Amino acid sequence: MTDSKYFTTTKKGEIFELKAELNSDKKEKKKEAVKKVIASMTVGKDVSALFPDVVNCMQTDNLELKKLVYLYLMNYAKSQPDMAIMAVNTFVKDCEDPNPLIRALAVRTMGCIRVDKITEYLCEPLRKCLKDEDPYVRKTAAVCVAKLHDINAQLVEDQGFLDTLKDLISDSNPMVVANAVAALSEIAESHPNSNLLDLNPQSINKLLTALNECTEWGQIFILDCLANYTPRDDRESQSICERVTPRLSHANSAVVLSAVKVLMKFMEMLPKDLDYYGTLLKKLAPPLVTLLSAEPELQYVALRNINLIVQKRPEILKHEMKVFFVKYNDPIYVKLEKLDIMIRLASQANIAQVLAELKEYATEVDVDFVRKAVRAIGRCAIKVEQSAERCVSTLLDLIQTKVNYVVQEAIVVIKDIFRKYPNKYESVIATLCENLDSLDEPEARAAMIWIVGEYAERIDNADELLESFLEGFHDESTQVQLQLLTAIVKLFLKKPTETQELVQQVLSLATQDSDNPDLRDRGYIYWRLLSTDPVAAKEVVLAEKPLISEETDLIEPTLLEELICHIGTLASVYHKPPSAFVEGSRGVMHKRLPARTGSGEGTECPDVGNAAGGSAPEAAPSIIPSQGDLLGDLLNLDLAPPTTTGPTPSTSGMQMGGMDLLGGGLESLLGGDIGGSPAMGAGFGAAPAVMPASLNAPVGGGLGDLFDLGGGVGMPMGAYIPPKTVWLPAMKAKGLEISGTFARRAGVIQMELVLTNKAMSVMTDFAIQFNRNSFGLAPAGPLQVLTPLGPNQTIEVSLPLSTVGPVMKMDPLNNLQVAVKNNIDVFYFSCQYPISMLFVEDGKMERQVFLATWKDIPNDNESQFQIQDCHLNSASNKLQGSNIFTIAKRTVEGQDMLYMSIKLSNGIWVLAELKVQAGNPNYTVILNESKYISSLRFFQ
Amino acid sequence: MINSLFLINPSGEIFLEKHWKSVVSRSVCDYFLEAKEKALEPEDVPPVIHTPHHYLISIYRDKLFFLSVIQTEVPPLFVIEFLHRVAEMIQDYFGECSETVVKDHMVMVYELLEEMLDNGFPLATESNVLKEMIRPPTILRSVVNTLTGTSNVGDTLLTGQLSTIPWRRAGVRYTNNEAYFDVVEEIDAILDQSGTTVFAEIQGVVEACVKLSGMPDLTLSFMNPRLLDDVSFHPCVRYKLWESERVLSFIPPDGNFTLMTYHVNAQNLVAIPVYVKQSISFFECGSDGRLDVTVGPKQTMGKTVEGVMVTVHLPKTILSINLTATQGSYTYDNGTKLLVWDIGKLNPQKLPNLRGSLSLQAGAPKPEENPSLNIDLKIQQLAISGLKVNRLDMFGEKYKPFKGVKYITKAGKFQVRT
Repeated sequence: MTDSKYFTTTKKGEIFELKAELNSDKKEKKKEAVKKVIASMTVGKDVSALFPDVVNCMQTDNLELKKLVYLYLMNYAKSQPDMAIMAVNTFVKDCEDPNPLIRALAVRTMGCIRVDKITEYLCEPLRKCLKDEDPYVRKTAAVCVAKLHDINAQLVEDQGFLDTLKDLISDSNPMVVANAVAALSEIAESHPNSNLLDLNPQSINKLLTALNECTEWGQIFILDCLANYTPRDDRESQSICERVTPRLSHANSAVVLSAVKVLMKFMEMLPKDLDYYGTLLKKLAPPLVTLLSAEPELQYVALRNINLIVQKRPEILKHEMKVFFVKYNDPIYVKLEKLDIMIRLASQANIAQVLAELKEYATEVDVDFVRKAVRAIGRCAIKVEQSAERCVSTLLDLIQTKVNYVVQEAIVVIKDIFRKYPNKYESVIATLCENLDSLDEPEARAAMIWIVGEYAERIDNADELLESFLEGFHDESTQVQLQLLTAIVKLFLKKPTETQELVQQVLSLATQDSDNPDLRDRGYIYWRLLSTDPVAAKEVVLAEKPLISEETDLIEPTLLEELICHIGTLASVYHKPPSAFVEGSRGVMHKRLPARTGSGEGTECPDVGNAAGGSAPEAAPSIIPSQGDLLGDLLNLDLAPPTTTGPTPSTSGMQMGGMDLLGGGLESLLGGDIGGSPAMGAGFGAAPAVMPASLNAPVGGGLGDLFDLGGGVGMPMGAYIPPKTVWLPAMKAKGLEISGTFARRAGVIQMELVLTNKAMSVMTDFAIQFNRNSFGLAPAGPLQVLTPLGPNQTIEVSLPLSTVGPVMKMDPLNNLQVAVKNNIDVFYFSCQYPISMLFVEDGKMERQVFLATWKDIPNDNESQFQIQDCHLNSASNKLQGSNIFTIAKRTVEGQDMLYMSIKLSNGIWVLAELKVQAGNPNYTVILNESKYISSLRFFQ
Repeated sequence: MINSLFLINPSGEIFLEKHWKSVVSRSVCDYFLEAKEKALEPEDVPPVIHTPHHYLISIYRDKLFFLSVIQTEVPPLFVIEFLHRVAEMIQDYFGECSETVVKDHMVMVYELLEEMLDNGFPLATESNVLKEMIRPPTILRSVVNTLTGTSNVGDTLLTGQLSTIPWRRAGVRYTNNEAYFDVVEEIDAILDQSGTTVFAEIQGVVEACVKLSGMPDLTLSFMNPRLLDDVSFHPCVRYKLWESERVLSFIPPDGNFTLMTYHVNAQNLVAIPVYVKQSISFFECGSDGRLDVTVGPKQTMGKTVEGVMVTVHLPKTILSINLTATQGSYTYDNGTKLLVWDIGKLNPQKLPNLRGSLSLQAGAPKPEENPSLNIDLKIQQLAISGLKVNRLDMFGEKYKPFKGVKYITKAGKFQVRT
């Protein structure tokens, strides 16, 4: 007798018949009818019309029938909330049932009914069940809190269920503890800042005890929770490790991997010379190897994680190369991952084995796999120098097979080998040239062209070869076109006599017939170089190229650290930080590896978490980004030099009143303006207070230049623009670096931003927002970044600002808090804008008004500064460029006095007096702020 | 946690859905079906798929896809392990895991899934516990149920759920008390053309069938436990005693369970029981090739190798084959290009051989790839690693149980490159 009978449809309305059966007097018939209803439900048929009839069957002492009705209720209560209320009474009654199984079932089902009206009735029964004498009921109730939180978070907090849940962590029953931890972890995910899982040595101890006794799933929850804890010192770290190690022998692979995560994280704190450290390293390898004999899906996840572990601690698996050998019937996703790890583990000791394997793979059926295998051979050559020769000969063997895609891949990697070992393997060029015609992929063509150009002097018919490519120049991809242009220029520099015609042809093709700005620009640069200074051209084009480093596509160290803390999660599968993709985890906290603390007295180290940055791996390997930057490209390098992070902007707070600040700002503006020193401008944002001192610094040629320009034009020129400073370092923003400055152009304040993508993935969907600020600055339009920003790309954007946004006093006054969003995350930074930006064009005051105002302003509002080493003559012109207007000039007692007025965008007037003593290059600036504009007080 | 489960058959039809939280529209499976279309083989569908709002984690087992939907950060291994449990549970309850069986027992499967997860948290995944709550179908029971009107659902509180040994229920009674252990070893190996071992390891498992009354406390010891490189245990095994004394001490679950799995990969320890002499070659000109395969026993410790089977994926450009086998029979499917040679028992005096000609499609170039041979075999009464059970002791109960140990060696992923 099978359930398939429930699917037989009758001629007449099915629903109608079921209805009749549900209302039957016979228990057995009722049950069969409910089963039929459930069966229809499981295959997605809509049986919600039967709701009242099914609910009527709920009042029964038959457990199976009750369960079936509950199943139905959970599915349809949402669509029939009014009817579902009818069921509430039965639930409440069942929660009092003497049978704990029924109590648990009732509270469990109630939590699954996602109807607001029902949740109100749920609170009381749930509270009782959380304190039930029976652990089975308690553990069910713990999960129910998480369910309720999902439906109505506020209610859970108001009712104090979270505290009850926290208490359950100390429950005597390990299953209850595990469920409480699981529920809290789930709730915490939507509350990143709440301190729900407040871990301390006592609670850790309880968790570790429960760990040994709870179910396999409970162990996963507890281990994941433990991984969030930061031990106080290495001793505590070691004792946790010791108690977690037995989990490595669990049959459930998820338990094993979670245990590996805890160990990998806490190991970081152990001193390396400790015996236990070595023991632990040895213990980690076997379970990881065993994971690879599990089902392919498990293998895949394990391999993705092993990839991280191998990058962090290669010593763990260095002797286990063989387990990563690819089996013929592995699924493709396992094969590709294994290959990746094989290369990471390749070393001088095992290279012979690895190469033999890779050669074997290169004859497999799957094209993607074969390609990757060929590429892997090249990577081995670059990584293990001793093997390079063997790798090259293996690649040559593969080229002899004449299989099209194998040949192309081989040529691409041979190019890299040439880069790594220049002037060593050029003998193979002849073989490569034989295969010129079979290359149809841009990457392979570009690689071949690069080789021809680079070794043009050794290839007799290099010009012919390159010429043959030139015929279809416009049909080639940009990559090939750029390479071809450079190769021909190189050829010309090496053999100028024979190839003049060729180089002219390519230059005109690139500059005149091409729509691609990159190509055109490169063409022009070469042209200009060749025509003005061939020697310089030689130096530029044929420059010595930096060697490429051996490790490719390593994960950035900071990201790697974060990912190690997320072993076993989706983040570790995608090799992306969790905040980058998981929707549910709003604002995930960044996890960092704990720092190694000093042993000995076991003193507490309060800032362990913060000090994590210091625990960067001893030898941070440099990373080769996959794409070259423009400069690298220009120099004909396909690989950019290792990226460096820009200096972090100083965020030291300034303790200054608004008055002082305004003065400081003005002064620095004057300083920057008159001095023309870029350093001044840069320093402005951070420390106007030290401005007078830094003015003492000798100001070089920049000064003259600026003044020349100012004087030469003889008209108000653009306001002073401080040079761009790094506002948001890439470290803090997952690879997005933002630097910028502010400028006032044609009466509009512009925020000029340079966005650089230093991450490995493409960034899109940029948006910007300001916090409320002192002068009501707000973006006047959206951030115009229309194209996705690829890795290592840089884009300059100018964002017009308005001053009509909401106002709030900031400290310092010119502080601006900015949020930038992209597809990865939202990043926050603050920057300071020069006050001068706010000076409006109509800030020229009438003389009389000036005088009157000056007198009106009480002395309290006055401040004085000294500036040194300035020329007066052109100052007023220059200042006018910045919308500081000179009202009058007079000479009193051998002192030149300049009177000036400034109007801020919010209507505040600032009046200044510039005193210059003849013969003394020092300036005294007296600033007066107009008081009659009431909003001024607001700022002080 | 786990939001939903979909069961999908190889043609892409969803035949069961179960939601543990709010209902996720089955249209989410379209992303999976798209990936499935792209994959060459059903095995090649990536197990973790990213969609705009959900993650799809799937396994392919018994020709069915088990697809789970998750929304928050959940350890993927956790999900995959759980999906395998679902498959095992269906197998355990109904004897096989197939679309027909699930459809035949739709309501019971649904009830079981409901018991296995609560709000996406695992609730009861131990087969013993589940069976106590929902009794597996038997012909006798269904007859009795129909006659008496009693149900499949147990209404006693599950003792196992609450005790610290959740895997065993109280009050077990048997008239014949017996405990059987099967030591099953699988050889995973890659041999190269010349027969040299490229890689070899042994995956071992100790399967137990324990039907003992009361609360027996068992201790199982091995003659040579140090052979084992890595072990993982059923939760019932006391890890500390293994660490200190290398014995397995445990209170067993009732019925069938996997006591431990282990791993031997020190290469010199792995004996390869057979050798394969093979040559698959294609003539440079013309459209013909030859195949010649011989299998013979190697290190068999004096036992007979049985159930030998050779499977070859021939290149796609093969048109037809014409082979003769000196022993056993071969089948060839021209659609999948799969050649299976079923040899049976190996006779050391007369080595089985399969040879003949292969013809390529007209005009097809010489195939580039080298097909691999997959070998299947079985050796009774031998654990190839040399592992031996020393003794089994029982404490805590008075009766004298009947004990037995069986050894079997099989080929796991055993392949020979050509």
